[in-house]
Amino acid sequence: MPEPYDPLQPGDKEAIAPTGAGGPMDLAIEEAESLEKTLGDAPGPSGPGGKARSLWSDAWHQLRRNPVFVVSALLIAFLVVIAIWPQLIASGDPLKCDLSKSQEGSAPGHPFGYDTQGCDVYTRTVYGARASITVGVCATLGAALLGSLLGGLAGFFGGWGDATLSRVADIFFGIPVILGGLVFLSVVTSTTVWPVVGFIVLLGWPQIARIARGSVITAKQNDYVQAARALGAGNTRLLLRHVAPNAVAPVIVVATIALGTYIALEATLSFLGVGLRPPTVSWGIDISNAASQIRNAPHMLLWPAGALSITVLAFIMLGDAVRDALDPKLR
Amino acid sequence: MLLEVRDLHVEFRTRDGVAKAVNGVNYSVDEGETLAVLGESGSGKSVTAQAVMGILDVPPGRIAGGEILFKGRDLLRMKEDERRRVRGAHMAMIFQDALSALNPVLTVGAQLGEMFEVHRGMSRKDSRARAVELMDRVRIPAARQRAGDYPHQFSGGMRQRIMIAMALALEPSLIIADEPTTALDVTVQAQVMDLLAELQRELNMGLILITHDLGVVADVADKIAVMYAGRIVEAAPVHELYRAPAHPYTRGLLDSIPRLDQMGQELYAIKGLPPNLTAIPPGCAFNPRCPMAQAICRTDVPPLYSVTGTPARRTSACHFWKECLGG
Amino acid sequence: MGRYVIRRLLQMIPVFIGSTFLIFIMVYALGDPVAALFGDKAPDPATAARIRKDLYLDRPLWEQYLHYMGQIFQGDFGTAFNGQPVTELMASAFPVTLRLTLVAITIEIVVGITLGVVSGLRRGRTIDTTLLVLTLVVISVPTFVTGYLLQYLLGVKWGWVRPTVSPDAPLNELILPGIVLALVSLAYVTRLSRTSIAENTKADYVRTAVAKGLPRRRVITRHLLRNSLIPVVTFIGTDIGALMGGAIVTERIFNIHGVGYQLYQGILRNNSPTVVGFVTILVIVFLLANLLVDLLYAVLDPRIRYA
Repeated sequence: MPEPYDPLQPGDKEAIAPTGAGGPMDLAIEEAESLEKTLGDAPGPSGPGGKARSLWSDAWHQLRRNPVFVVSALLIAFLVVIAIWPQLIASGDPLKCDLSKSQEGSAPGHPFGYDTQGCDVYTRTVYGARASITVGVCATLGAALLGSLLGGLAGFFGGWGDATLSRVADIFFGIPVILGGLVFLSVVTSTTVWPVVGFIVLLGWPQIARIARGSVITAKQNDYVQAARALGAGNTRLLLRHVAPNAVAPVIVVATIALGTYIALEATLSFLGVGLRPPTVSWGIDISNAASQIRNAPHMLLWPAGALSITVLAFIMLGDAVRDALDPKLR
Repeated sequence: MLLEVRDLHVEFRTRDGVAKAVNGVNYSVDEGETLAVLGESGSGKSVTAQAVMGILDVPPGRIAGGEILFKGRDLLRMKEDERRRVRGAHMAMIFQDALSALNPVLTVGAQLGEMFEVHRGMSRKDSRARAVELMDRVRIPAARQRAGDYPHQFSGGMRQRIMIAMALALEPSLIIADEPTTALDVTVQAQVMDLLAELQRELNMGLILITHDLGVVADVADKIAVMYAGRIVEAAPVHELYRAPAHPYTRGLLDSIPRLDQMGQELYAIKGLPPNLTAIPPGCAFNPRCPMAQAICRTDVPPLYSVTGTPARRTSACHFWKECLGG
Repeated sequence: MGRYVIRRLLQMIPVFIGSTFLIFIMVYALGDPVAALFGDKAPDPATAARIRKDLYLDRPLWEQYLHYMGQIFQGDFGTAFNGQPVTELMASAFPVTLRLTLVAITIEIVVGITLGVVSGLRRGRTIDTTLLVLTLVVISVPTFVTGYLLQYLLGVKWGWVRPTVSPDAPLNELILPGIVLALVSLAYVTRLSRTSIAENTKADYVRTAVAKGLPRRRVITRHLLRNSLIPVVTFIGTDIGALMGGAIVTERIFNIHGVGYQLYQGILRNNSPTVVGFVTILVIVFLLANLLVDLLYAVLDPRIRYA
């Protein structure tokens, strides 16, 4: 059932101008709307020789030649490997520290020097990738699955479910992210990554749900979907074969960029003392500890901060490149 | 002569190479005269008009050669500021889709009045009054009230009237109308076209009417130029062309109009597709689709043959124009 | 227009209740405000019970919430950890954060839109590409990193500004924190206006404006900008609330005694009235900012006003 165009409905305006509660989580939605519109017009990849197949292969073709994509993809691959097997490039133990070496500069075998506790900054920086990547990947997966499921169903079926979802999403958007994190996470005592992941999923899914809802609505209004319906295709078949394949691209793009911002958010929360906690090795914690000593030992801040920024940048650039490739209008 | 386009070449840089959108177009319009430019989409008819108006997207577009003489002066050699003063005041353009061609966030009164503010230096109040007069002139009911409305609040026909009013605001000597009725309902098309023709007569303006609708042309045009792949393949006074086309492409176009006296017969269609502008076939660009094509058509670009009159009143770019005219 | 405002206001109510209730649950259900009141000492059970009764803590959660909201609307936000009424803390904290946010928004608007327009009008040129890369970098480096870096470089190493802000936070000391707070949003505004300008440059009505013989400056300011800035203005509007929430990090870095500072203290000391009170006000600010955006949207775009 086509909806009347109301530019103030969530999923339309919000896609251009994120009303997210601020902080790094907003960053993902930029320009997602134009993509949504463009992709909504392409026929499904399921159709024989469909245009969308060429859209995806076209996108892939363009991506391979895009240096931004190649560089960020290689960087991310490297980071993932390091997150899984940090021993590959760091032989030390991030928790084995020697107070007598507190804040010392670089030494043979310890290129980045030591932090206040006398721990090896290089080892800690390498091991820090694990927490960031774990939080980023798990939170994105959780938010993307939950968000696209709820948003997609709401957009497809409409009605009271859709209305309820929009209101619930509004409630979550009403909570400023960092404040919410401070309040929610300050009561948690676990030292694992899961409370942080849970919190990010909790506040992150509505954003994905909006994008998914919007692109499902656009996709289902396409003539070929209407035609399939007229030919007697059931709801399940319509949703899975015709609508979902076309609605998925904007979600992928937004999720990729969100992954980067989630990592930044985790670091921010850890910096504020409510995210990850020791003994978990985290860039955010290390930056927080180093920040107070910046006058004495800037090197302690430089390395984890650099690693964090490059990781976030890699994911945002990847999302950017994917979006450009999927949006023929911008070519 | 009011406007003379001489040997105009326009190119576009695209991902697949340089697209030659206009390849040596010549045409002219005099005061009070209507020239219809006919062609499929991609034939270069709109690009030529944009080059004349000076609203080509540069880049990717580029004028690769030629002259555009307006009242004897070459527009292409003018400085941008001088050219700007010509636009709107001395030559104006009517676009196809008035809804997207009008600014959605300004009232129509403001958009019409702007012409007087910028070109005549009138005060906002005076120019608004002139805007209302203009709306009256194109017969928009309750013009005074409606001047404060926004484009989306008007019907399609009314919006196109506003476009016409905007073009006529400063009583230019040349109007270029780019498919002015294509986006309208059939019933409204005739009204808008009649209004345009009437105002043209009244103000003795030259009119270039770009269209792919042969029916519209027969009613209002004095002469006609048929474009194909960036060239004018045939130019003729309108009735001569309708009576006996001198180019196989024109013949194909005329034959593909449904006619009541030929009901039951299969409608003629020109076979094939217009050429890719980045790879125009050698020889005559139309040769792959032409039923009369011979070996020479695949090698030699046909010159403009004079069909009648010296200087030519009627031209054709076909090696076999005589055969075409005869058969 | 009036009906439109009322409709938006009514829609805000459930969102307000939902958001504040959520915060309320988290704070009251998971912490023990009475234990926090006594700090390290073990509270006397009888006293504790009396306090619980006084604070409605023995009632079901929804009743507590209603009671709390009732008090709030009478202007009673409860007592902070140091015995001061929360409202007094608010009176000292909110003006500071408001000033900081104002500085940030101003920078965001002026610099962000200017850069966005410049790069949008020169799409594909060197300046555009450079700005695009720069904005990506700015977005990627978390605020607390840029904050400490700028504080160290400008404040400590080169001594151009005071590294920390004095308690009454005068405007000139808030410029550096304002820049830090604005930076990510600024990059955002730049990208958004660039995209919007670049898209609208190709719009038919811009071509019409050129065909009317308008000078380039007028085409840009009157026709192109007005349409292109609609999404940007709405983004900036929603960003007001986001910036006030995000100020917590900036305030921590520069030791500014604003909302973030007080909230942080409240959380550290497990003082529920402070936390819930401040967050409630922020949620209201956030919702009002959203309303403002909707109204601005309607003012700027007649297609919505008359829909």
